[in-house]
Amino acid sequence: MARKAVRWHIAVFLAPAVLIYTAIMIIPLFATLNLSLFTLVDRARVFAGLDNFRTLFGDPRWSETFWNALGNNAWFFLVHMLVQNPIGVLLAALLSSPRLRMAAFYRTAIFVPTILSFVIVGFVWKLILSPIWGIAPGMLDMVGLKSLFTPWLGKQEYALTTLALISVWQFVGIPMMLIYAALLSIPDEVLEAAEMDGVTGMSQFWKIKLPLILPSIGIISILTFVGNFNAFDLIYVAQGALAGPDFATDILGTFLYRTFFGFQLQLGDPHMGATIATAMFGIILVGVCIYLFLIQTRLRRYQF
Amino acid sequence: MTMKTLRVALLTSTLLAGAASAQDVTLTIESWRNDDLTIWQDSIIPAFEAANPGIKLNFAPSAPAEYNAVLNSKLDAGSAGDLITCRPFDASLELFKKGQLADLTDLPGMANFGDVAKSGWSTDDGAQTFCVPMASVIHGFIYNKDAFTELGIEVPKTEAEFFAALDKIKEDGTYIPMAMGTNDQWEAATMGYQNIGPTYWKGEEGRLALIEGTQKLTDEPWVAPYRALAKWKDYLGDGFEAQTYPDSQNLFTLGRAAIYPAGSWEISGFKSLAEFEMGAFYPPVQAEGDECYISDHTDIGIGLNAASPNAEAAKTFLNWVASPEFAKLYANALPGFFPLSNEAVALDDPLAQEFVNWRETCKPSIRSTYQILSRGTPNLENETWNASANVVRGTETAEDAAKRLQDGLASWYEPQK
Repeated sequence: MARKAVRWHIAVFLAPAVLIYTAIMIIPLFATLNLSLFTLVDRARVFAGLDNFRTLFGDPRWSETFWNALGNNAWFFLVHMLVQNPIGVLLAALLSSPRLRMAAFYRTAIFVPTILSFVIVGFVWKLILSPIWGIAPGMLDMVGLKSLFTPWLGKQEYALTTLALISVWQFVGIPMMLIYAALLSIPDEVLEAAEMDGVTGMSQFWKIKLPLILPSIGIISILTFVGNFNAFDLIYVAQGALAGPDFATDILGTFLYRTFFGFQLQLGDPHMGATIATAMFGIILVGVCIYLFLIQTRLRRYQF
Repeated sequence: MTMKTLRVALLTSTLLAGAASAQDVTLTIESWRNDDLTIWQDSIIPAFEAANPGIKLNFAPSAPAEYNAVLNSKLDAGSAGDLITCRPFDASLELFKKGQLADLTDLPGMANFGDVAKSGWSTDDGAQTFCVPMASVIHGFIYNKDAFTELGIEVPKTEAEFFAALDKIKEDGTYIPMAMGTNDQWEAATMGYQNIGPTYWKGEEGRLALIEGTQKLTDEPWVAPYRALAKWKDYLGDGFEAQTYPDSQNLFTLGRAAIYPAGSWEISGFKSLAEFEMGAFYPPVQAEGDECYISDHTDIGIGLNAASPNAEAAKTFLNWVASPEFAKLYANALPGFFPLSNEAVALDDPLAQEFVNWRETCKPSIRSTYQILSRGTPNLENETWNASANVVRGTETAEDAAKRLQDGLASWYEPQK
């Protein structure tokens, strides 16, 4: 038997992707991690070890801002998990129902906001909710609920939730599409067998379909997690880099932006900025690992 | 066929244009004043190019909120324009210290400016200057003259009269007494605190005392403006918490609000939008006969990118910017941005003239947080935005806000420890 030939084609076909990914993802990532280990002393870059992290977590001013941003971020994520994903599943279940007319229209209409720019979404919702020109107060007035209106984006207690819900509105199309695809891929034989056994309607959804789409829901959760902890645009567009009122909408992304690039009279500090970016990377890494090792391995998969 | 002819024609014209401008030096100007694009293109650039053949100007502004970040990245990457519009104080000082802005101390045109005008773009000891001062902005209140006549209100001179006027407008109900929101935070700090503040802390006297450490932010002159701001809450429009800066501008120019806490930069925009007559009054003093103080803030300068290959041409332009000719052109093209040169410039715009007249009667000062005090973490200017918005919203008392700012400042600023 001849020795197995070296399979060069594998390396050749992988090379473009590996090179591009390394150049635009891996190298910047490590450059950022590296940057966080240095600091500026008299305009010269000096190796500082973990000093920046000590400042971030040890200095009460830095750590207070950091924990505030992390807490807000966690709430932002929780709203998405509790609102966006269940609604996404519900919409997908409705869409996959064979009796629904104009399914293609609904599918498109719900998905369209996803491709809109954050700038447009932020601006449009700011106008809708504006206490001065917005249509929200007017519409509430029409149904006699004017008293329920408050300037949501300007109130400390509501601003973050309002923004999270705007983001849900924008992105609900993504879980809907993924779940929809998963539902379509369930073979008809399985559903017919269920019907033979008398499992129909709601109980068919709960007992047959839901277990089969759980892996998709898992993937959506992790995408939501990564997306939310990297979020920045919407808050920046709607509330500015100071994430008002009183930092109630400050998330890790806006905190990173302010620190890294500076704001108004505050000069940018690339090293502390990189430290925050590293902390964000760590948080996301831990979250993804928990999912991969604790949750995904326990999900049961069904082969058809 | 026509498509092809067109394409050839376009290509030829591009080539020709390229050949014609080959000998010309083109200077690119970085700026955050994207509102001024037309003014540069229509009046300033033609005037300069007519007087200086061979030098072309390209005014390339970016959005104000992103300017500092964009500029720093461009300078670091070596892709910034030849001329840099300078933010006052530390942002530009830092660029100068990094060697990214050239030293302009010996520029002949600098002789046209006094020390106060240059303070925004000089080293702490005043020995070196690195940007040519272009303009300052003055704070005050712009009011709807028609509304005041209609309600029979006199222009308020003292704080008591000011609040009496607000009460009267509120009682009548036709107008929102004052147009300001807290969504963007800086309105509350810049149009609020820094606007009325100098009257309480006696302008330069208080500002310099704060820098020297002989006064604290918890002292009465620094808390009192917050106490006054806290009272504004009742006179702002419904839902002012979510009201943004453009909202406030629109409320006023649409004639729905009677008083607008302003910076003079609003004048040109307001003139083109408002259909009523506008007047202005300076921040009311505490008691009749007290001396008035205004914030006459050095806001825009222009400097030379140290890495520019066209330094000579750029210096020609900077000397022109320092000349009275430019001052006159700029001040009249942009009413509300007042030249800083020693020579007085007559303005065609009566509202702008009203603002600049205060320089005669009131003592000018600059914004308290800009020089030196916003160098550390926490950043005093950002904290002031936050505190002012909180005080106006009523979620923090004047005393608590002042204490928080003082603690923050004292945590890193030696003279305040």
